[in-house]
Amino acid sequence: MRLPLAWLQDYVRPELDTAALVDRLDMTGTAVEHVLAYGVSGVEHFVVGKVLSAEQHPDADRLRVCLVDVGDGGEPKQIVCGAPNVAAGQTVAVARPGAVMPDGTKLKAAKLRGVVSDGMILAEDELGLGSDHAGIMELDDSLEAGTPLADVLPIATEVLELEITPNRPDCLGVYGVAREVHAITGAALAKPPWAKDPHPAGATIDGVSVAVDCPELCPRFTIRAFDDVRVGPSPLWLKGRLAAAGVRSISNVVDITNYVMLLTGQPMHAFDADRVSGGRLTVRLAADGETIDTLDGQTRSLTAGMVVIEDADGPTSIAGVMGGARSEVDGDTTRVLIEAATWDGPNINRTSSALGLRSEASGRFEKGLSPQQTLEAQAVASALMIELCGARPVDGTVDIGADPDPARPQAPILLRDERIEALLGVAIPRRRQIEILTSLGFFTTPGDDGLAVGVPHWRRRDITREADLIEEVARVHGVETLPSTLPPRRRLRAARLTHAQSVRRRAEDTLVGRGLLEVAGWSFTEPSVFDRLQLPPGDHHREHVALVNPMSETQSILRTVQLPSLLDAARHNLARGATDIGVFESAAVYRPAGADAAAPATEVHVLGALLIGALPGTASWRDGARAARGADAPAAKGMLAAVLDALRVDWSVETGTEAFLHPGRAGHVHAAGRRIGWVGEVHPLVARAWEIDRTAAAFAVDLGLLASLAPEVAAYRDLTSFPVLREDVAIVVGADLPAGRVLDVAREAGGKLLTGVEVFDVFAGEELNPPRPGTVSLALHLEFRAEDRTLADTDVAPVREKIVAHLRDELGGELRG
Amino acid sequence: MSEVLERVAALRAEAEVAATSAADVAALEEVRVRFLGRKAELPNLLRGVADLPAEERGTVGRAANEARQALERLIDDRGAELEALELSSSLAGDRIDLTLPGDPAQPVGRLHLLTATRRLIEDIFLGMGFDVLEGPEVETVHYNFDALNHDPAHPARALSDTFYTTDGAVLRTHTSPMQIRAMQAQEPPIAVIVPGRTYRRDNDATHTPQFHQVEGLAVDVDITLADLRGTLLTFARAVFGEQREIRMRPHFFPFTEPSVEVDVSCFACEGSGTLPNGSRCNLCKGSGWIEVLGAGMVDPNVFRAVGSDAYDPERVQGFAFGMGVERIAMLRHGVPDLRLLYDNDLRFLEQFG
Repeated sequence: MRLPLAWLQDYVRPELDTAALVDRLDMTGTAVEHVLAYGVSGVEHFVVGKVLSAEQHPDADRLRVCLVDVGDGGEPKQIVCGAPNVAAGQTVAVARPGAVMPDGTKLKAAKLRGVVSDGMILAEDELGLGSDHAGIMELDDSLEAGTPLADVLPIATEVLELEITPNRPDCLGVYGVAREVHAITGAALAKPPWAKDPHPAGATIDGVSVAVDCPELCPRFTIRAFDDVRVGPSPLWLKGRLAAAGVRSISNVVDITNYVMLLTGQPMHAFDADRVSGGRLTVRLAADGETIDTLDGQTRSLTAGMVVIEDADGPTSIAGVMGGARSEVDGDTTRVLIEAATWDGPNINRTSSALGLRSEASGRFEKGLSPQQTLEAQAVASALMIELCGARPVDGTVDIGADPDPARPQAPILLRDERIEALLGVAIPRRRQIEILTSLGFFTTPGDDGLAVGVPHWRRRDITREADLIEEVARVHGVETLPSTLPPRRRLRAARLTHAQSVRRRAEDTLVGRGLLEVAGWSFTEPSVFDRLQLPPGDHHREHVALVNPMSETQSILRTVQLPSLLDAARHNLARGATDIGVFESAAVYRPAGADAAAPATEVHVLGALLIGALPGTASWRDGARAARGADAPAAKGMLAAVLDALRVDWSVETGTEAFLHPGRAGHVHAAGRRIGWVGEVHPLVARAWEIDRTAAAFAVDLGLLASLAPEVAAYRDLTSFPVLREDVAIVVGADLPAGRVLDVAREAGGKLLTGVEVFDVFAGEELNPPRPGTVSLALHLEFRAEDRTLADTDVAPVREKIVAHLRDELGGELRG
Repeated sequence: MSEVLERVAALRAEAEVAATSAADVAALEEVRVRFLGRKAELPNLLRGVADLPAEERGTVGRAANEARQALERLIDDRGAELEALELSSSLAGDRIDLTLPGDPAQPVGRLHLLTATRRLIEDIFLGMGFDVLEGPEVETVHYNFDALNHDPAHPARALSDTFYTTDGAVLRTHTSPMQIRAMQAQEPPIAVIVPGRTYRRDNDATHTPQFHQVEGLAVDVDITLADLRGTLLTFARAVFGEQREIRMRPHFFPFTEPSVEVDVSCFACEGSGTLPNGSRCNLCKGSGWIEVLGAGMVDPNVFRAVGSDAYDPERVQGFAFGMGVERIAMLRHGVPDLRLLYDNDLRFLEQFG
């Protein structure tokens, strides 16, 4: 909200400079976003002048050369003026050299067509007071020459841009802010502008009938009528006020409604009474599809749930949002109805969102105004209608929804001294509580252990509980004065990361230690990503969570696979000259949850990595600049192994693939009998969809599952009392047989004594002597150990034979050499 | 003096000269063989002591033995000396230029700046006794708004501000829903922080539709606004330096009452608003303060929304706060544009974590 300080000063004048006032507002809950300078600067150069003479310019038909008394005690000043209406005897506004106009132009003495002009006689638009440039402004002749113009016209003020929090609609008007400034500075507050209501009393208006069909959405609806209205331009002071507040002047009647809104916070609407068909207004719910032509020249289509005000010919306003064109006040209007109503905030919010139509009015109504503000606004408007439009108020006020017993006291809220201290950590003296609350308009009655506090009508939505009152007292008293203490720690338990969180850190750190960079991918993706991933129709990865209102199609669903985020990162960097990529992400993917799930989606925390180009740590410059190893499926598995082994998870890779992986170079990762992820090379078609034409190797594992499988405490095993006994065997098996099967069979056959078996060499059957195409030779390290003794060869030989026998019988493996 | 004794003395003197002047280990070995070897004269003299007259045996035996021992010592010492000389000359020739790069170069990976910052925040609060909790990013309207005392017309609920799923859920707009979930899962006293991804419909230099927050919640029978101040001051000093101060400005949030915004004194200008060269501090825009987070005392309606007698707002009270991880990271490291955090450019990622 824009608050012109000059306007504020009508009601409160704190003895603070602007910076100090801004600081005080900031520190009590009304953030000042900007301090703007409105209007002219160098105000001392703007004065009232008297035109002594106005002669034709010798060389220009449209210019006059005037002599103007500017009251400085010196000679009259010669000023060249182009306005057709300038004439001797006028009292005018003069800008002297040194003046700075609102657009920043600095005035200097100048020659116009050869004649010196020592200043400028001003028109409205030059001061930003209106759009009128037809002629110069004529001021009241009672003003003396030399009077500072700023005393006469609102030509300059500082304007505060305030951030009014949604709980404080009472501060959406100048008087409300004045009340707040009064409370936070102690400066005296003038009586409210509605203290006197000049409107003749009465509960009905002749010729006007009003009905409210939906009182739950329209708690209060008030109408006043005016005859003999002279519609015309507003006076300069009013134009200046509105301009400083950022509102365009339209006509005196419309300006009055806007001015009253800016002053009281209550929006108003003016109808041309002669265009309200049948002299009746009805507030009702709109019919679905009903249309209305609004003031901004558009035709709006309404939906059920919106509220309209209609006359005998149909809708004439969208309630609380915008008036209609049909009953608009214009230059021919002589009879006016002014409406001030209270609308249901959520309903106005829905309506203005649905129509994409936000107005000063809707922005205020949606915060929930006090119904009593309607009559306050009516009182101010009546006075101005009489003063500025020569209007004759018609007896009576239609007031629907009025509180039948406004004097009935509201239930007070108890504010306990002890609760203030308990919540803030310091006590605030009773006297100070009363001072603060009273200055904000609350009513206080002291009791034994605290105050009984009555809430003024303009705060009744916001202040309903003791905690709300404590906030009021605290914020005005000053929360910056609180001491710094720490909460007690009564739990006999140390705070620490959960096992899952520790596992996640360890997993991430393992990859960091191997040279990978972590990326932050988007949770959002687009449906076409599933096609780029080559996922067949019906693939479970296609089941996703979709957004109703995405920022764009490319961010319209939540990702179900993390790989595309890693491929996005790779593409970004490859396009920028990177040659080698080693990245990982540790974050969630999302699937729709089952009907009975506790949360709306199933979120799986995935650790995924992507490798392209040189494998980190494999290049050497010494051995004739040995090239680095290129990333491929085994490299990805090695990286994955580092993570899983760091976590002490017992794992294996089994045959299996995903649609987005190279079908011959992929596997599923298993642990504890469950599939926890995949590893392999990205399918070339998928890589190509990301403009990657090189081998891209990747893995992804479910970190949540991993955490449940990783031991939290490693139990001691005696590996040092008795040595191991190592043997190597080479087995020739069919080339299609996965090595994992050989290891499984060996482990099974080896029993307890076989504590380790691993492949350390592989070569194809073609390389054997004699060659044996279609086979492969696997060299195995076997490691034997007993827990209770040093093994002898005689212990191990039968186990070794059993292993060889099982490999032969189950897999057709032959011992070589 | 007997003839034999003179011979011993002469041999000793001769051998000492030879040993001292031996130029290398091989020459020294020759000296040793010449004077102490099996066929050398001195050992033979010693072996012949028994043949001497009885009155000479003692003297000669002693002298010859002394001479032999002295010579052995001398040769050992000289040998060690020569070996040391030879080793150092051989090491000097066996030089590798260590101004060349290490090999193979060991790779250096990095955590993303957001993860590094998140861990920093987690570790600070762990040290202050807060557990770390996480919760769902796809959240119900109930937990995201209703239970957090958001007015039915609160603008944050609008389709223009909050992502809704086709199932009627929302992408959580803050980590605050976990306040309710945490209290439903755990009786007071409770002290938790909740880091995680959050989402709002915004996209410009200071907003991305996806961002990260850390929520904080502490509830007991007597936790005060002053305790909030002390907690956040401790945090601010841990992150931004021990000289920092904080200030709390009253504000409005639906789920806290009283509510405050918290500023930390500017670490670029030491809170003065002016840089040493006299120009206005750009970081705090001359105010001396930088807004870092929102906080307040948990609103009684939030306690009621937990739905448990254990959180009766007449019996318990506490504070909550929420901060943006991106903002903390950008302030701490001088990152000028939020979007850099999501570009995943390797040249950016390599700088942090």
